[in-house]
Amino acid sequence: MSILETQNLTHVYSRGTPFEKVAVDNVSLSVDEGELLGIIGHTGSGKSTFIQHLNGLLKPTAGKVLFQGRDIHASKDALRAVRFGVGLVFQYPEYQLFEETVFQDVSFGPKNMGLGEDEIRERVYEAAAFVGVGRELMEVSPLELSGGQKRRVAIAGVIAMRPRVLILDEPTAGLDPAGRESILENISQFQRETGAAVVLISHSMDDIARFAQRLIVLHEGRLVMDGTPAQVFDRANELKDMGLTVPMATEIALALRARGVELPESVYTTKYLRKLLTALREGGGPC
Amino acid sequence: MDNPIIQLENVSYAYPDAEAPALSGVSLEIARRSFVAVLGHNGSGKSTLAKCLNAIVVPQSGRVLVNGLDTADEDKLLDVRRTVGMVFQNPDNQIVASVVEDDVAFAPENLGVPPTEIRARVDEALRRVGMYGYRLHAPHLLSGGQKQRVAIAGVLAMQPQCIVLDEPTAMLDPVGRREVLSAVRDLRRHSGMTVVLITHHMEECVYADRLIVMEKGRVAMDGAPREVFPRVEELRALGLTVPETVNLLHQLREAGWDLPLDALTVEDCASKIAELIVS
Repeated sequence: MSILETQNLTHVYSRGTPFEKVAVDNVSLSVDEGELLGIIGHTGSGKSTFIQHLNGLLKPTAGKVLFQGRDIHASKDALRAVRFGVGLVFQYPEYQLFEETVFQDVSFGPKNMGLGEDEIRERVYEAAAFVGVGRELMEVSPLELSGGQKRRVAIAGVIAMRPRVLILDEPTAGLDPAGRESILENISQFQRETGAAVVLISHSMDDIARFAQRLIVLHEGRLVMDGTPAQVFDRANELKDMGLTVPMATEIALALRARGVELPESVYTTKYLRKLLTALREGGGPC
Repeated sequence: MDNPIIQLENVSYAYPDAEAPALSGVSLEIARRSFVAVLGHNGSGKSTLAKCLNAIVVPQSGRVLVNGLDTADEDKLLDVRRTVGMVFQNPDNQIVASVVEDDVAFAPENLGVPPTEIRARVDEALRRVGMYGYRLHAPHLLSGGQKQRVAIAGVLAMQPQCIVLDEPTAMLDPVGRREVLSAVRDLRRHSGMTVVLITHHMEECVYADRLIVMEKGRVAMDGAPREVFPRVEELRALGLTVPETVNLLHQLREAGWDLPLDALTVEDCASKIAELIVS
C-alpha cells in the first residue's frame, strides 16, 4: 500500500528568468508502507529538490504530493501532518544541532508536536537507542561529541517524531567505513522494527545495493529507472552512461564475463558473486 | 632513506582537554616524489598527522623536519609552508575570491611573486587540474569536484614540492571524486611532486606507492598497498574495510581457492579468478 505518492511532480527554479531550470520533470512515484527505497542519481539530477517536496518544504510547480492519500497542500492540517509524518534528514545534519544538551536537541521535534513530558522523554530515549546514542550522553552538549555521534543525534531528532516515512540524504557522507556500516544497520533496524518506510539517498552503490529493497534512478530531473537492485544494476552500462557508478561486485562480474566466465547479469553484492563463483567451480566447469 | 622530504621524529601531540593524545611517538620519513596514502578511522590521528606536515600543528614533543627545517622554528615557517601545500576536506571553506583565476592567484600574490610570473603560474596550475576553461567563472557556481580542483590549483600555484590532501573527496559525489583523484595521480606522474593523501576510502589508495595505517595516534601498518591490503583481518579490526576486490579474493581463499590477495584492481582480480574457472 502506498503511503507517500507524487503525481506528475514538476519543479521549475527561477521561472520566467534567464536562469529558468526544470529541476524535477514530471515524476510520478509511489513509496509503499514499510519499504526501504534507494534513490540514486548524480549531483544535479534533481534528487535533493525532489525529496524536499516529500514533506512540503518545496511546493510543486505542477503536480501533487499525497501523504496517506491526501494532497499535502490541500489544507494547513494536511501540511502539518506531513511535516510530522515524513521526517527529512538533510546532508550533514550535524550542522543543524543547536540545543544545549543532546536530550533537548532530540526532544525539539516531539515538543513542537505538543506532546506531554513523559511521552517526549519516552520518544527521546527510544530514538537515541535506535541510533546507538547511550543515555550517558543525554546531558552532554552536542558540541562535545565526535562527528559520527553528532550525526546520530541529528538523525535521532527526526526519528523522535516517529515518522511513517524517514528520508535521509546521504546519511553516511564523510564517515569512516565502520561508522557508515553501523549507521546503515541502525536505519535498517528502524525500518524493520517500526514498519516505517525509509527513503535513502546515497552515492555509494555498494551501500545501496546491500540495503535497498527497491531502487529508483533520477537523471536530469526525470525518473528513468525503477525496480529491484538486481533489475537496476542489470543495466550497468546505461548507469555508466549517466555518469553513475555500479557496485564494485557488478564491475568484477562484468570483467569476469568479458573473460569467458558465465555469470548472470544481475550481480550486485560480493556475497552473491562469491556464491555464484563457488557454484560454478564445484559444478566442475561452466554451466 | 636518502634525503627524505619530510621526517617525523618521535612526534607526539594532544589537543587541550582530550582524553588521549592524537599522536603518540610517531616516527616516519616520506621519500621525495613518492605517493603516500594515510588511512585510519575517524579519530585515529591521521588528520593531525597531516597538519604536522606544514606546521598547522607543531608537535609538543619530538620534531618534524621539512627539507631539514624544523617546523617549530617560526623563522622558517614561510619556507615550510612554501614547501608543503595543503588541501582540505570542504571545498567551500577554501575559496577566497569571486573569480577562479583570482582564487588561484591568491597564494603567489601573498608570496610576493611578480605579476607576470603569477599569470604564468596560474594558467599552468589551472591547466594541470583541467580547469583552465573555467578560469573566468565564479567558483561558488562550480561543482564540488571542480571547486576541489581549483583548491588544488591554488596550492600548485605556490609551486610546493609536496602537496598534502586531507580527505579531499569526502564531500564529493562519485564523478567529483574521480575528477579529483585523476588530477592527484597526474600531479605525481607529470611533475614528480610528493603527494600525501589522507583518506578512508580504500579504493583511493590502490595507486599509492605506500600506505600508512594509523590507529590511536600510532603507525599500525606501513607498506606497499600490495603488502597492506592482504592483511584483511587486521584492517577490519582497525575499523577499516578493504576494497571489494580484496574482499572477494579473501572470501574465495577461505573457501579453499588458490588466489593471491594482491590483485587490487577490478581487471587484475577478474583475471586471477577467471584463470581458475575457465581453465
